[in-house]
Amino acid sequence: MISKLRSLFNKTFDAIIPLFATLLALFLGVFMLKALGKDPLAAYAALFEGAFGSQRAIIQTIIKATPLLLVGIGVCIAFRGGVINIGGEGQIIVGALASAAFALYVPIQSRWIMIPLCLLTSMLAGAIWGGVPGILKAKLGVNEILTTVMMNSIAVYLSNFLLRGPMIDPHEIEMGTRAAQTALLPEYTFLTRLAPPTQLNTGTILALILAGVAFVMLFKTTIGYRIRAVGKSADASRYAGIKVPFYQALALILGGSMAGLAGGIEVLGVQHRVMENISANYGFNGIVTALFGSLHPLGTIPAAFLFGGLMVGGNKLQRTVQVHSAFIDTLLGIIVLFVVAAKIFSTRRSKKRAING
Amino acid sequence: MDNLFNPETIFGIIGMAVTLAMPYLYAAIGELFDQTAGCYNLGTEGIMMMGAFSAFYVVYETGNLGFGVLAAAIVGLLMGLIMAVISVTFKAEQGISGIGLTMFGVGLSSLLFKTLLNGTVLSVKGFKSIRIPILGDIPYIGDAFFNHNIMVYVAYLLIPIASIILYKTTLGLKIRAVGQNPQAADTLGVSVNKIRYLCVCGGAILAGIAGATFSIANINMFQEKMTNGTGYIAVALVYFSGWKPWRVLLGALLFSFVNALQLRMQVLGINIPSDIAMMMPYLLTIVTLIFVKSRDKPAALAVPYERSEN
Repeated sequence: MISKLRSLFNKTFDAIIPLFATLLALFLGVFMLKALGKDPLAAYAALFEGAFGSQRAIIQTIIKATPLLLVGIGVCIAFRGGVINIGGEGQIIVGALASAAFALYVPIQSRWIMIPLCLLTSMLAGAIWGGVPGILKAKLGVNEILTTVMMNSIAVYLSNFLLRGPMIDPHEIEMGTRAAQTALLPEYTFLTRLAPPTQLNTGTILALILAGVAFVMLFKTTIGYRIRAVGKSADASRYAGIKVPFYQALALILGGSMAGLAGGIEVLGVQHRVMENISANYGFNGIVTALFGSLHPLGTIPAAFLFGGLMVGGNKLQRTVQVHSAFIDTLLGIIVLFVVAAKIFSTRRSKKRAING
Repeated sequence: MDNLFNPETIFGIIGMAVTLAMPYLYAAIGELFDQTAGCYNLGTEGIMMMGAFSAFYVVYETGNLGFGVLAAAIVGLLMGLIMAVISVTFKAEQGISGIGLTMFGVGLSSLLFKTLLNGTVLSVKGFKSIRIPILGDIPYIGDAFFNHNIMVYVAYLLIPIASIILYKTTLGLKIRAVGQNPQAADTLGVSVNKIRYLCVCGGAILAGIAGATFSIANINMFQEKMTNGTGYIAVALVYFSGWKPWRVLLGALLFSFVNALQLRMQVLGINIPSDIAMMMPYLLTIVTLIFVKSRDKPAALAVPYERSEN
């Protein structure tokens, strides 16, 4: 009983640390706002109201939280396997492009066939974009952080090329405006809207289910056990006969497929077409989300809600107190720094526990 | 296609490559010191953006280029201190802390740009080219190699300087020892943390200056996210170099040459879509990483050092 309580206490302590780090970052933000000559209280009030202040605000937050959650799940899986996936941006972009291409160019006019196939295509594209760094890491030991970053840039240019060339909306050419975007997708590929006129859609439900699936996969199956074992100690896993390269590659492939799906849902559920900057920093902010959720798929759910709120609230902040939304990007960077730095406290505690029994 | 192969075009591309290698050199030599001491600073991109903005802003306000470089160096140092505290003292996972530092630097530079300059793209008078006497008068070669601004020349001087510091001085020996075997270095009385602080901060100063080269020594204006991944490529160059200063030079020139070629091909109207051409440096990075032998990698790279207490 007491040991159970103690373990619960320790878990709570570990979960509270990122929250504390975030509060500290927000506190630092007070000084930044002061330096910018703004009223910090008014700024944070606007931020909070924009994020959670009304039903409409909360729905907007959930819409933004959905891709964050999916990218975050992907980062969790990769991180648990001891590999770091910085490639969320690129994986979202190729996922979005692939699902849009499928929806636009495959002439099957059935919701029940098209939607699952479009989403699977986006996952496949993301899996390939994560898989290249994954396989290079597994087979040749190539640093996956650098390759995933490079894959981001490649995806951006690929997207620019496709949106200005082969995939551009034919209307844009007719009108002579040539905006870099695809045509509107056919209506039978739209995900069902849950609360019209808002853009909230069934993609959110799918993301929540996948958080549960990822949790079960990581913590209740052999595959998940092996991924985590490889992440904890590659040497020990090798000694135990686990194929380390296979599980490292798998972790990045699965991670990439989640981010790819985030792109697919953003297209089929929210935008209904692909335009420039479709990834909207979800790829990087998803890393913050996963870290905040203690790299646990279920912990990532509230984290995604919180950071979705920060993204939505940032817009309100910009409108009301005239602080540019780059303030939020800066704040997110500080949160990452604080959360990783604060990890030392939980590591120290767990070391003490190991020594004292 | 024939106009690509006359000497004017070829030396034009080479001259451009010599300039474009400058930010890679500053940032990668900085990162080389970090990594040789066992620290892996992925925040380079963010530090560069802060360096680019502070140098630009100071030059815009004062008109003094020296102050601009100094500002970039100081801001780089401060960013380096943040990185050092987090990765050396707090022993945080270095890949993620670097990404955090980059998010912070890119965000803050945008915020300052929007606040201090209202987000208007302005230009300043940057460093002027200095033609080196005699050598600069050689046809073609003179223009390509000996007619650049002082920041370019200094960038190339960093290579022999880094080589001497790392391989001919006691400090260099200590740096390499701390990266290869911190326990042993510690036993011999070398302060692992002090050396790592020194390298991370020194590397960050160079990264700050690398950013400044964009805004006051080449393009001479400031735009959001203008470094466009150069910081990450610089980190990759250090892997490519096998942690040897002379091979950093080789890598930097290879990348800048591909970049210059890509830019020039667009100007000459050669029929490759510009977006595809712009992918080349990033594809090249992945390909070069594949062919790097990682056998000379500092053994303690990205491993925080902890004294065993028992």
